[in-house]
Amino acid sequence: MKPVAKSSSASNPLDADMHLRLEGIITPMAAMPGALLPILHAVQDAFGHVPPACVPLIANALNLSRAEVHGVISFYHDFRSTPPGRHVLKLCRAEACQARGARELEAQLVSRLGIGFHETTADGSITLEPVYCLGNCACAPTAMLDGTVHGRLSTERMASLLDSCGVKK
Amino acid sequence: MSVRVYVPRDTSALACGADEVAAAINAEASRRGITIELVRNGSRGLCWLEPLVEVETTEGRIGFGPVSVDTVGELFDAGFPNANSHALSLGLVEDLAWLKKQQRVCFSRNGIIDPISLEDFEAHGGWQGARRALAMRPQDIVSAVTESGLRGRGGAAFPCGIKWQTVHDQLVAQKFIVCNADEGDSGTFSDRMILEGDPYRLIEGMLIAGLACGANQGFVYLRSEYPLARQIFVQALERAREAGWLGTNVADSGRAFDIDLRIGAGAYICGEETSLLESLEGKRGQVRFKPPLPAIKGLFGQPTVINNLITLASVPDILVNGAEWYRDLGYGRSRGTLPIQLTGNIRCGGLVELGFGVSLRELLYDYGGGSASGRPIRAVQVGGPLGAYLPESQFDTLIDYEAFAAIDAMLGHGGIVVFDDTVDMTEQARFAMEFCAIESCGKCTPCRIGSRRGVEVIERLRQGVDAAANRALLESLCDTMQHGSLCALGGLTPLPVKSALAHFSEDFQPRPPA
Repeated sequence: MKPVAKSSSASNPLDADMHLRLEGIITPMAAMPGALLPILHAVQDAFGHVPPACVPLIANALNLSRAEVHGVISFYHDFRSTPPGRHVLKLCRAEACQARGARELEAQLVSRLGIGFHETTADGSITLEPVYCLGNCACAPTAMLDGTVHGRLSTERMASLLDSCGVKK
Repeated sequence: MSVRVYVPRDTSALACGADEVAAAINAEASRRGITIELVRNGSRGLCWLEPLVEVETTEGRIGFGPVSVDTVGELFDAGFPNANSHALSLGLVEDLAWLKKQQRVCFSRNGIIDPISLEDFEAHGGWQGARRALAMRPQDIVSAVTESGLRGRGGAAFPCGIKWQTVHDQLVAQKFIVCNADEGDSGTFSDRMILEGDPYRLIEGMLIAGLACGANQGFVYLRSEYPLARQIFVQALERAREAGWLGTNVADSGRAFDIDLRIGAGAYICGEETSLLESLEGKRGQVRFKPPLPAIKGLFGQPTVINNLITLASVPDILVNGAEWYRDLGYGRSRGTLPIQLTGNIRCGGLVELGFGVSLRELLYDYGGGSASGRPIRAVQVGGPLGAYLPESQFDTLIDYEAFAAIDAMLGHGGIVVFDDTVDMTEQARFAMEFCAIESCGKCTPCRIGSRRGVEVIERLRQGVDAAANRALLESLCDTMQHGSLCALGGLTPLPVKSALAHFSEDFQPRPPA
């Protein structure tokens, strides 16, 4: 039997191409004051997540310890250390959306997707995240699908958003 | 001659289909051989009418809304752009009572101009405040802001002039102006609307702050949940730089000022000023001990003015019209105007900018038109997730920092979230604690641990377990959080919880099992 590649990206070393891309991101930004967040955003924009193998490189470039970089990654809700699903759906769980039925949408998502927040469906089609306000509070309830904000959502409209992501009915 | 048609490019308008409507209007016009000039403006803040399409006429702009893709064809059948008889026609937008009764200072240009057009900005009074400031002594600018009575619009309502004076008085070469655009409170979007609808206003306000306090570098800390605001503000920064309003020689004055845009990463706590500064420095967004105050030792250890976006956006008009003019708007010790955001279960939600002193009831019913569901309004939460829940008996409270403090509530950033009579206040109280637990920076124990225990205690109350003892425990826990937390997150989370207990105690009675 062939050996199976480890699936956890945590143990995956950076390949040469990724290493090069990463240096291309870090080097021009390293000298700016307070560079860590901008660098982490740029890495996540490029790779879809912040691969743990990047941490030593970033730490080295900014003269920080790996623990400090890890501490920042784990502090902020936006940064993820594993790749998300093909689509990312963020449901607003905050008060203005609650007042317009966000809890019903939450129940609908959990039941149809069979996952909770911060989880990805088994087929990798969709990652579900909570978000606390998208600034669309007068046209609630609101969700963001792959960066696009959708307002005045009903369960019917949410269902068609899920259909558009190829989620099984 | 082509007719000018406006379709907003604003997060709320887009969330309701404005891009699709704009495309449909273009397609339908070209199919019918009608030449139009499509302008993407910001939002006027009449959110319930979004997408609000406007047509320029000699009498003024005629509005249509809410327009959907399906109604575009019918609008053209009725003669669009001249379709005044169509059911969606609102007549002259400026004459809509909802808009006409407002006192728009910060939002005077929103929805009217093309947000990134420097020509539009200037034609509607832009840069006048900055021009004044460039001709003034720094101390005179600070004094004007002090005399205007402007207080911080982020929620703490600290007098802006005192902050500026402190930074002005620091004899240090490097100082900073930081704009807090980490607008995380649910029920608020006024910062977003300025960035998307009138971004040069913020640039002008920050430039004036820089000139007043002797700072040559500004930072805008914008939350990542606002991607469109980011996109538009990046464009505005580039254009302002090209036009010489930012850079080493601002408007040929020999003075330098520039702005760097930084993006947050989804942490609510970074709206707290010291946590924001930590985040700007590239660290975990953990709250700092005060003193030292940011005005003395702020970003990278340097004297820093850190103001909410609306505070900075209020400054240009103060310089143009004078401190007295601004101070004459308002009520009591709350001077000037507050952009109020009517949200949640409200029929006519959106942005209402008025001088302080209007009553909550007037906002909810005269502007808001009651609940969207048509059911009675039972509770409103004012001031974001850390604000109190108010019952109908308190709706006559005036929008005024002191009036709200007197009823153990707060105005915060001006967000009002409306709930109808289907709301379960135990659920809202539980969520307040849950939110605090999720967003706590972890530095102090009352907030980090107290909020988790708070969720559990409220859960037991909801289940009717040992009601009297758990209620006493919850009150005591709230007391500890309120007085023992390092910042407003842990310190104010008890506000929604205690107000729910005080005003909606019937919800906390043990209930028969379902």
